[in-house]
Amino acid sequence: MSHYITTIGLEIHLQLSTKTKAFCACPNSFGGEPNTFTCPVCLGLPGSLPVLNSQYLRHAIKVALALSSNVSGRMKFDRKNYFYPDLPKDYQISQYDMPLALGGHVDITDGHKTKSIGLTRVHMEEDAGKLIHDNKRASSYVDFNRTGTPLLEIVSEPDISSPEEAYRYLVTIKSILKYLDVSDCNMEEGSLRCDANISIRPKGQQELGTKVELKNLNSFKGVRDALIYEEKRQARMLLDGEVIVQQTRLWNEQKQASEPMRTKEQAHDYRYFPDPDLLPFTIDSVLVEEIRLSLPEMPEEKRERFIRDCGLSEYDASVLVSDRAMSSFFESCVKLYPEPKVIVNWLTGDIQGYLNANNIEFSNMKTTPQQLTGMIRLIDNNTISGRIAKEVLFDMLVTGNSADGIVKEKGLIQISDEGVIEQLAADVLNENPKVVDDYISGKTNALGFLVGQLMKKSKGKANPQLANQIIKKKIEQARE
Amino acid sequence: MTEFVKYSASRLKEKITQDSLTASDIASSVAVRYDKVEEKVKGFAHFNKVVLSERAKELDKKAISGALSKIPVVIKDNICVKDELTTCSSKILVGFRPPYDATVITKLKESGALLLGKSNMDEFAFGSSCETSCYAPTNNPYDTERVPGGSSGGSAALVAADETVLALGSDTGGSIRQPASLCGVVGMKPTYGRVSRYGLIAFGSSLDQIGPITKDVNDCAALLNVISGYDPMDSTSADIPVPDYMGSLVDNVKGLRIGIPKEYDTESMFFDKKVPVNETGVKIKEAIKLLKDLGAEVVDISLPHVKYAVSVYYIVGCSEASSNLARFDGVEYGYRDKEASSLIEMYKKTRGKGLGSEAKRRIILGTYTLSSGYYDAYYLKAQKVRNLIKQDFDNAFSRCDIIMTSTSPETAWPKGLKTKDPLLMYLSDIFTIPANLAGIPAISLPCGYDSQGLPVGLQFMAKYFDEELLIRAAYTYQQNAGWKRKKPEL
Repeated sequence: MSHYITTIGLEIHLQLSTKTKAFCACPNSFGGEPNTFTCPVCLGLPGSLPVLNSQYLRHAIKVALALSSNVSGRMKFDRKNYFYPDLPKDYQISQYDMPLALGGHVDITDGHKTKSIGLTRVHMEEDAGKLIHDNKRASSYVDFNRTGTPLLEIVSEPDISSPEEAYRYLVTIKSILKYLDVSDCNMEEGSLRCDANISIRPKGQQELGTKVELKNLNSFKGVRDALIYEEKRQARMLLDGEVIVQQTRLWNEQKQASEPMRTKEQAHDYRYFPDPDLLPFTIDSVLVEEIRLSLPEMPEEKRERFIRDCGLSEYDASVLVSDRAMSSFFESCVKLYPEPKVIVNWLTGDIQGYLNANNIEFSNMKTTPQQLTGMIRLIDNNTISGRIAKEVLFDMLVTGNSADGIVKEKGLIQISDEGVIEQLAADVLNENPKVVDDYISGKTNALGFLVGQLMKKSKGKANPQLANQIIKKKIEQARE
Repeated sequence: MTEFVKYSASRLKEKITQDSLTASDIASSVAVRYDKVEEKVKGFAHFNKVVLSERAKELDKKAISGALSKIPVVIKDNICVKDELTTCSSKILVGFRPPYDATVITKLKESGALLLGKSNMDEFAFGSSCETSCYAPTNNPYDTERVPGGSSGGSAALVAADETVLALGSDTGGSIRQPASLCGVVGMKPTYGRVSRYGLIAFGSSLDQIGPITKDVNDCAALLNVISGYDPMDSTSADIPVPDYMGSLVDNVKGLRIGIPKEYDTESMFFDKKVPVNETGVKIKEAIKLLKDLGAEVVDISLPHVKYAVSVYYIVGCSEASSNLARFDGVEYGYRDKEASSLIEMYKKTRGKGLGSEAKRRIILGTYTLSSGYYDAYYLKAQKVRNLIKQDFDNAFSRCDIIMTSTSPETAWPKGLKTKDPLLMYLSDIFTIPANLAGIPAISLPCGYDSQGLPVGLQFMAKYFDEELLIRAAYTYQQNAGWKRKKPEL
């Protein structure tokens, strides 16, 4: 890509987890039998009228403020007109020229440098339903459960200059949104969706190249893959002297390729106009301030605090704050057991390893802060060894039980009885005379092997410090 | 059998108490009258005697002692009544029975009213003569060869023909007042926001308002009392307390400043479409004189921008309609063309066959005025002029308390006269449209007959939410008018 400069802008559609839908009292929840979460309003039945859900507005303001976007004094809703069977009114209530908020930024970092990605706007709109195609019967069905779900569209400036930056932008924005507790941010379930605009231009050229819009991006990785593909496709076209046409392309996950959907000429004229059913209104500045004051600590501030107050490394702090659930788990642990570094090692080591391997969200982890710190205390008071602890922790994560119970149930209590360890040590020394000789002749690492053998014999339960001491003592005694 | 439906609501209420009438007694009287005259009037879009009689029995069982207990009410076919046919007199909504009640219907049911059925209308309220209905056109009870006006022509004709006591209409540009005027009954378009639109199938959402069509001003106040009020289901309804309109039935206009707009001179408002001078103006002048004699003060006022009202109305109304009517696509409910083999074809054939030509004309107009490249020149400009018209009224109301004009430039015209000339038809609403654009309340009431015996209507317009003054002025005129009322001969 060295000859070309890439320009990317992202549009995120975020479903907000309000109790009820955007403009009616139907439950806003995922799943459910088709067409059960519906009413005359979200079905767009003749005569029905929308009424704005106040929790929707509050959530939307919360997101706008967290993204440093300027909440407008006055806003209105507009109708975006187009025909499609999943859109019961054949128009979508959206916002055109007086959106909820303008401007803002998201700061992304690659571990070294921080870059600020500007935001154009944040606006509110309702979601459409879902089509279900039955190819066998050549029929299509519509499920209106999702119709009227409150959405926020977050539009970035074309400030993103690589697929990797786009990926980081998404990860960062998701972590911010998770802190706000206003959305599930689940791309697989569609609660966070993303379209990308990308153009490339030769280095030295000022004006932007022709942009291509990418749709059907179903994961953060998919966004990155599709952008990498598109970056290459466009570069190849330019190198071959071809002209890039402005168009919308669909990403095909299986083929790992994008396919044309429609060109600019085929683009809809949405005939936006102010929705006469929802009058323009002034956003109460008192409400905005109230929401601003109630905002939780954002990941960036938290990261700095962890480094400053807990003495964590940049890396550990970044890992912790990237997941709101993990960072609050960490903070609860530190309250119970004020050794942040010990806790962060368990969190970013064994625990994250287990969760990643099993594809479990941190927020769904069964183990509690009480349980983790309880386990650490068992190590401290020599009830279990660090090695056994790893085993115990695994059981804890699987079952959700506490360390105490697991240790008792499985008989994993550390052997600190010197008599028992001395007997085990005697056996090990008898079975390994050659290694004992090596040690005596100065090969100090031979001791580790002998201790290891003892631990093995004890099924890991011997107190390692005691085992070490006793083996050393016995060899000294034998030499004398 | 006594034809109870001939009574006004206030008179019928007395009768009900005196003679312990049941809803079933009244329903039977309605059925008798229906059999006698409906063939000539054709005011109903949906009426079922069996259903009505069951409904009446149900009502007698419940014995609701509300303000309109057992009083017959007809509902315009664009207002949703749960499980009852609601079709906007359009083929595209054939068979549609909404699963919910409009807010006004809930209120009527709570008041104990006896709902008779749905009245015929211009398709989706697009028209001024009731001739664009997918059903047979409704006839004017005073001359069945003539139109009843529109779009609430069915409601007005049924009230005039004594097939019902009360009726609900909807008024987007005069659709209550103009047919009320042509049929010699009382019709009011309340202030935008006074009555909930929830359940009214939208034409022009920023203009539509449901209102009463009644035999006299007293009934207008009574029905307005029931249907008015803030509705949390309608964001555009006003959270303003509703007075008891019965208290406005006061015979007194002393000191009332009545504004007469100089622009409401028929000839100047008709552009090149000059019509022969008719007797409407004469009747209005007589009414002005009467009110003056009763102590009102007459003030000349000017509404300089109302000459653009019809143009603005057709841009704003059609723009909104083009979007409001998009949902009639054959997917969820109503008519769907069975021959279509693709989605686009289904849309095209369903809408092509399901919608009438006036509906198509307005959808095309509105789609055009909202299109990119034309939006600023049409929709946006129209909204600006609409604001100027509002200002005109604000200014006028600093000089007068109420504005008086004729409701319609002419009396009922022969059927078919304007159907080939949409522009001529559009101009029928020239005097009523400005109130919708401004959002102010207006009432039409009979002020006599022309030489052919056709009713003439006068219109009062008042400030926002001042329906009380409209009722007082209209009531005073009604109580003092010297001309003799005559029922249509059917």
